[in-house]
Amino acid sequence: MIEVKNLTKKYGDKLAVDNISFVVKEGEILGFLGPNGAGKSTTMNILTGYLSSSSGEAFISGTEILEDPIDAKKKIGYLPEHPPLYLDMTVKEYLNFMYDLKKVTLPRQKHIEEICRLVKISDVYKRVIKHLSKGYRQRVGLAQALLGNPEVLILDEPTVGLDPKQIIEIRNLIKSLSKKHTIILSSHILPEVQAICERVVVINKGKIVADDTPDSLSKNLSSDHKLIARIEGPYQEIEKLLSKIPQIISVVDLGEKEKDVHEFSIESEPGADLRREVFKRMAERGWPVVNMRSSELNLEDIFLQLTSDDAAALEEKK
Amino acid sequence: MKAIFKREWNAYFTSAIGYIVLAGIFFLAGTFFYMYSMYYGTTNMSYQFSAMLQYMMIFIPFLTMRMFSEDKKQKTDQALLTAPISIFSLVMGKFLAAFAVYTLGVSVTLVQAVILGSMAQLEWGVIFGNYFVLLLMGAAFIAIGAFVSSLTENQFIAAVGSFGIIAVFMFLDMAQSSITNPVLVKIVDAVSFYGKYEDFSKGIFNIANTIFFLSVSAVFVFLTIRAIEKRRWS
Repeated sequence: MIEVKNLTKKYGDKLAVDNISFVVKEGEILGFLGPNGAGKSTTMNILTGYLSSSSGEAFISGTEILEDPIDAKKKIGYLPEHPPLYLDMTVKEYLNFMYDLKKVTLPRQKHIEEICRLVKISDVYKRVIKHLSKGYRQRVGLAQALLGNPEVLILDEPTVGLDPKQIIEIRNLIKSLSKKHTIILSSHILPEVQAICERVVVINKGKIVADDTPDSLSKNLSSDHKLIARIEGPYQEIEKLLSKIPQIISVVDLGEKEKDVHEFSIESEPGADLRREVFKRMAERGWPVVNMRSSELNLEDIFLQLTSDDAAALEEKK
Repeated sequence: MKAIFKREWNAYFTSAIGYIVLAGIFFLAGTFFYMYSMYYGTTNMSYQFSAMLQYMMIFIPFLTMRMFSEDKKQKTDQALLTAPISIFSLVMGKFLAAFAVYTLGVSVTLVQAVILGSMAQLEWGVIFGNYFVLLLMGAAFIAIGAFVSSLTENQFIAAVGSFGIIAVFMFLDMAQSSITNPVLVKIVDAVSFYGKYEDFSKGIFNIANTIFFLSVSAVFVFLTIRAIEKRRWS
């Protein structure tokens, strides 16, 4: 559906996007993750034909964006980082203008009304965009991207500037859109990508550093296994007892979290699952385990690990 | 092209710019009509036209200054350049919208001519010649303004820049008298606007000069397209 091959973009000497390749299948939601300035927006601007790449190709359902830009652009709905809104127009005028500009052929009135209902801007339909809040502007931008039901949606940080309730709404909306559209969305907010996307491409300094599902990303990278347990009882004795369990490498007391309840971080050998063993030992002594969870890396940790590893590797090369 | 034209035309009249430019042109036309035609009791409107022409280089930069610079600044160019339209139709849509406002403004002279005509015999050839060259030069000025506007994000720089370039083209003739180098004289002669204006003002339809003004418009429209395309590559 979307295929990117060896895409490179140079600004003078600076490599903004460095030889990246990836594929997005039909109906998939791909999360584009990276710190600010990693090249996310540049890549999206190339995919939508706003910028030209220095080398490489980008296919939008089979059409190369530079070879046949008009045909490729017809298949894309794009919400840039700053929604491209004419502030002097009303929402109605703006959407009608974009409808004409995109040469949409669906029944005008019905189609625009439907989208307004979908992104919940019907109540500001006749207002001037200048007077709308950031959240509404973002949604008008999203509405504009949805005009003409394009096969591909490219959304650059779609939830920026929204309040938590709106964020959840927009996320759900994007999820429901994936039934009909192929979506690339960028974000530097990790839980967002984790919540919406089926696949994540992590990009740092113009390079792809990971391309996987959020789950397997966290599995692969969490090599050392950690347990976090809250246990009620005499903490010094508990710590001693825990250290005696054979496969445990270290036990750290994280302090008293509730009355008489201490939290322990228990690190074990790779591959060992000690939850049952810990429970049994504590139960024998009558010390209740109040809470126990294995600390898998979340995307946040992965992200930091990936991007800092990469930075370290680059340093080494130098 | 139609969508762009419509949006630009409306934008001229949701902001004050369209009204200011129209009011300015109407005011000038009225003043000069009084000064040259009414006061002297003549039906020769050539003086009025030539006086108006001088002021067009002030009004036209107002029409063109935000043409592309504003889109760049407000990032609305991202919507325009990712839409399934060619850059040519984008530029032409905007160009024609500015030209339409301009035409609306200078057409007031035709109304004045009709008023004069109701009282005396008119030389319509001269009036149409003058009107026609006003439109031709206006198109060239607008193309120049469009080009300058595509180079900057700043409306003020766009306005002053296009005023400067237009002024150079307009007043090259004046410099001609102090130039002795025959090659330079020829070059100045070739690109000067004012020299090509005179035939029209006498009611002579000069096809070579018509083509000259149309070519200037075409060249600057082309340069505008290139400037916008170049932005994508840099």
